[in-house]
Amino acid sequence: MATDTLKQHDAHAHDGHEHHDTGAIKVFGFWVYLMSDLVIFGTLFATFAVLLSGTAGGPGASDIVELPLIFISTIFLLVSSFTFGLAILAQTAGDKGAVLKWLAVTFLLGLGFICLEAYEFHHLIAEGFGPDRSAFLSGFFTLVGTHGLHVSLGLVWIAIMFFQISKQGLTDVTKPRMLCLSLFWHFLDIVWICVFSFVYLFGAMS
Amino acid sequence: MFGKLSLDSIPFHEPIIMVTVAAIAFGAATVVGLLTYFRKWGYLWREWITSIDHKKLGIMYFLVALVMLIRGFADAIMMRTQQAIAAGGAEGYLPPHHYDQIFTAHGVIMIFFVAMPMVIGLMNLVVPLQIGARDVAFPFMNNLSFWLTAAGVVLVNLSLFVGEFAKTGWLAYAPLSGIKYSPDVGVDYWIWALQISGIGTTLTGINFFVTILKMRTKGMTMFRMPIFTWTSLCANVLIIASFPILTVTIALLTLDRYLGFHFFTNDMGGNMMMYVNLIWAWGHPEVYILILPAFGVFSEVIATFTKKRLFGYKTMVWATVAITILSFVVWLHHFFTMGAGANVNAFFGITTMIIAIPTGVKIFNWLFTMYRGRIQFTSPVLWTIGFIITFTLGGMTGVMLAVPGANFVLHNSLFVIAHFHNVIIGGVVFGMLAGLTFWFPKAFGFTLNEKWGKRSFWCWLVGFYMAFMPLYALSFFGAMRRMQSYEPTAWQPLMIVAWVGAVIIAMGIACLVIQIVVSVKDREQNRDLTGDPWDGRTLEWAAASPPAHYNFAHLPTVSSIDAFWEMKQQPGGFKRELASKFEDIHMPKNTTEGPLMGLFSIIFGFALIWHIWWLAIVGGLGIFITFMFRIFNNDTDYYVDAAEVEKIERAYYKRLEVQV
Amino acid sequence: MLQGRKAFLHWGREMRKRNSLKYLSVMTWLGAPLLLSGCGSALMDPSGEVGQGLKSLIITAFGLMLIVVIPVIVMTILFAWKYRGTNLAAKYTPNWEHSNVIEVFVWAIPCVIILFLAILTWQTSHEYDPHKPIASDEETMTIDAVSLDWKWLFIYPEQGVASVNELAMPVDRPVHFRVTSATVMNSFMIPSLGSQIYAMAGMDNDVYLEGNEIGTYRGRSTNYSGEGFSEMLFDAHVTSEENFDAWIDEVRGSSESLTFEGNYQDLAEPSIAHPIEHFSEVPSDLYEQIVGSFHTGGESSHHAGSHADQEEQSMPMSAQAAE
Repeated sequence: MATDTLKQHDAHAHDGHEHHDTGAIKVFGFWVYLMSDLVIFGTLFATFAVLLSGTAGGPGASDIVELPLIFISTIFLLVSSFTFGLAILAQTAGDKGAVLKWLAVTFLLGLGFICLEAYEFHHLIAEGFGPDRSAFLSGFFTLVGTHGLHVSLGLVWIAIMFFQISKQGLTDVTKPRMLCLSLFWHFLDIVWICVFSFVYLFGAMS
Repeated sequence: MFGKLSLDSIPFHEPIIMVTVAAIAFGAATVVGLLTYFRKWGYLWREWITSIDHKKLGIMYFLVALVMLIRGFADAIMMRTQQAIAAGGAEGYLPPHHYDQIFTAHGVIMIFFVAMPMVIGLMNLVVPLQIGARDVAFPFMNNLSFWLTAAGVVLVNLSLFVGEFAKTGWLAYAPLSGIKYSPDVGVDYWIWALQISGIGTTLTGINFFVTILKMRTKGMTMFRMPIFTWTSLCANVLIIASFPILTVTIALLTLDRYLGFHFFTNDMGGNMMMYVNLIWAWGHPEVYILILPAFGVFSEVIATFTKKRLFGYKTMVWATVAITILSFVVWLHHFFTMGAGANVNAFFGITTMIIAIPTGVKIFNWLFTMYRGRIQFTSPVLWTIGFIITFTLGGMTGVMLAVPGANFVLHNSLFVIAHFHNVIIGGVVFGMLAGLTFWFPKAFGFTLNEKWGKRSFWCWLVGFYMAFMPLYALSFFGAMRRMQSYEPTAWQPLMIVAWVGAVIIAMGIACLVIQIVVSVKDREQNRDLTGDPWDGRTLEWAAASPPAHYNFAHLPTVSSIDAFWEMKQQPGGFKRELASKFEDIHMPKNTTEGPLMGLFSIIFGFALIWHIWWLAIVGGLGIFITFMFRIFNNDTDYYVDAAEVEKIERAYYKRLEVQV
Repeated sequence: MLQGRKAFLHWGREMRKRNSLKYLSVMTWLGAPLLLSGCGSALMDPSGEVGQGLKSLIITAFGLMLIVVIPVIVMTILFAWKYRGTNLAAKYTPNWEHSNVIEVFVWAIPCVIILFLAILTWQTSHEYDPHKPIASDEETMTIDAVSLDWKWLFIYPEQGVASVNELAMPVDRPVHFRVTSATVMNSFMIPSLGSQIYAMAGMDNDVYLEGNEIGTYRGRSTNYSGEGFSEMLFDAHVTSEENFDAWIDEVRGSSESLTFEGNYQDLAEPSIAHPIEHFSEVPSDLYEQIVGSFHTGGESSHHAGSHADQEEQSMPMSAQAAE
């Protein structure tokens, strides 16, 4: 009996063990990637906290926070997470048109967020409060900027998905990618909530 | 146009470097010439460079590691020679400018481009076979990881003849590595070589974590996984959790150097202590990334060659898990002398010592595996016994360093150097060489020559003790690390002994090379077609040697820890017979995007090192566009049809019959 | 036959003796310079109270661990020999893989030893905390050590003098070294006296040391700091009170004085194997000026100089979890 254990069991060649790059593994792998990305953000948060007092005579957190602006961009990002959720619902329903529509809306909201961030950064640098002004500002720009960079990459990814789905439709290749992208987008939302709370809200209060 | 790069960047005036460069150029030209003459470029491209086969990637990782071992060792023996000469006012033959680069390069190369590729190479070769899988979870990413590592290797070696390498020590402590104190390109080479290869390593970590969790064959529960797979799993968890810290740390240093940020600068609020904390928050888990898989190798070797079950399998697993977790709460022991308070120092000293408990338990478990066994003294077993003794001593000196009080006088001295070589040579190197000998026949279908293997072992063992015991002794006389020269001539005799030790290690490396050459030459005598030369216990030995690219024509079912051993113990035993029926097998296709992205990474890194911005844009775009090609390529996998599988299997069994 | 055997044994003994003699002479050749060098081992024959304590700490820790290390090594060799494949007389239990008794022992023994070591660690970390003043009848004096590229500047705030690459301290008197850097990280250490401590720009670190034997000891930076690191050495003279006063007078006799804005800036320029220099007069707050010079912007929270501030600043940082 055991003699042929090696050749016995797989009557179905394409069952659960033939799962190269299948959707479930991809999504799980992406989860793991997000965890490592979380370590990146965790490290940046720690860095930011350590350098909070390293203002070198320059502005501190309370001097550079403009809450109304940040509030608007936060709304943009939160709503974009919601619209991405609608895109995923549409994908589950198999409605390609709706997927594309919600992707486009998400893209615009994300773009709005990035534009506001660019405006904020530009404004600070123009005032002489660039990242080279002090360690605190280095930490601030790097933490917020890394999140912004992620969102920008997310936008590129959304654009690519839009293009790919409109060309290829909702396939076994595009669907798991949409799920990964949705994880990514929601993840950035969560990170932003942390940034918003720790950097901006506490900053404004300090 | 060419940024900081000019003809002056090539160190024509340094004879040592120029001779090295000439030798490398000659070697490279020979290889290129031979490949062209024998028309092997196509073969190389199809079968290796673009391959997504985990076994071939494993072999390539190991090849890179062995080549870099020679490079890293050349640095080592140059340092030993310098210190054997430069006593009492003598300057030796290496000025500080050169010596400082050498010890930095030695550390970087040995850790990142020897130890890591060996560990990852072995994981690649063994883990999918051990868990009864046909490949890893993300085969393309696996190829990409290798080429990113290779890109790092290329950049480090480029620094030899274009510009210079960092003169900062292997961890490039800020602010010494900042732009103010290191304005040259050396640190930039360090940054980009490590950043690019580090990203490759992170991808490997994710890949193998998912592979081990999701792709095990039927019946292989977590507690039936071979120990090497367990230790690999833990090492990958460590990679996922710690390499991002390295990525961030290097990125922050990059921002400081390139854009005038102030993370680690002396002034403007920067904090150099944060650099030291961050780099060791990665650095300490890193040493466990290296040693855990080595522990796994020893466990497999000792169980196989004592012909006995591993003693305390579950204890081993839990000890490994405990080490994995604890490795994140000890990093401060690398800088007790920074001035933290007594409570903080004591806390980290004690957490460090606690790691000695599970490690000690592991040692005892290996001992009790030997107990009442039938030990065959093959070279992997010699490496293992050498390891147990050497590593125990290294562990002891490690605990001594973990006592903050003792650390206040031993820190930064040769004691530290002796300690970590004690555990890294005695642990990681011995482990990887044991693993090489053990799994070589699986990769190539013939065993390595035992005579030369044993010679290599004895040279390494004796050489290690001669090279590093004197350093322990010297540390008690106030000898520090990284000294290009020293005053007391009284130290010189022991420095010369250490040099002799290094020469003996060189002989060990030579024996290793001879071993491989002789084994390849005599491969027909040492042929093993059974796939099971050592009477093995785990699934990889159930596959053919070398395995077909799909590993198993039929995926095995597992019902116990030593799955293959159990199969052989069943009444009637295990017979290698041609199956009656075959199925189509789903396999990934080769990739050109992986090596291309690696190539563009080299261009990208090199351009940034030399501030050639247009070229950096070319490199960056190249990476992006190649990746887009990958994304829009839906033709990434195929089915090996049943007839083809049957053909391959038939051919194998035919060869097997001829041999038997 | 028997005769021959005896002769053979005798010859073997002779050979062994001769070999061991040869071995001994090699050892003497190797060890003699170290033993004869006069200073002996800096760590095993220390000349200061801190060094003495740390020496016995090292020996205690070493001894405790030998309790487990020696048996492990003996067992390794013993098991390897006894259970060699060719020894068919030895017991062979291929499926034996678990024993509660052994498991208990292999966990308990390391646990107990580590428990002892942990207690020892906790106590000694506090006892030999570099920041902890040394209890003494003598009054503690303060010396400031500043690492520059690649030399040491010692400031005597109480005497108002300074020296480069030369240090003097009265015997049996605790010295509070305040340690900082005006360049990259260094570490201040006089191996014969005991603990080292990092020197970091903008940071006011400190270590307490005491010399109990009159003599001259080599001190150095132990933390690699660049090109001139190997020669970043200084002489530490532990002297009688009279000789110390005489030394101070000698320094006061120097024609050079040192100011932060003036020649200190030249001194701070990189130089290798810098000769000994004496400065007859320095501003009383030179050390504070050097530390403060890195706190650009001059906000008060970073103000250096007071030990309490340093504690606040450096302790949480060193303890700072990066993750």
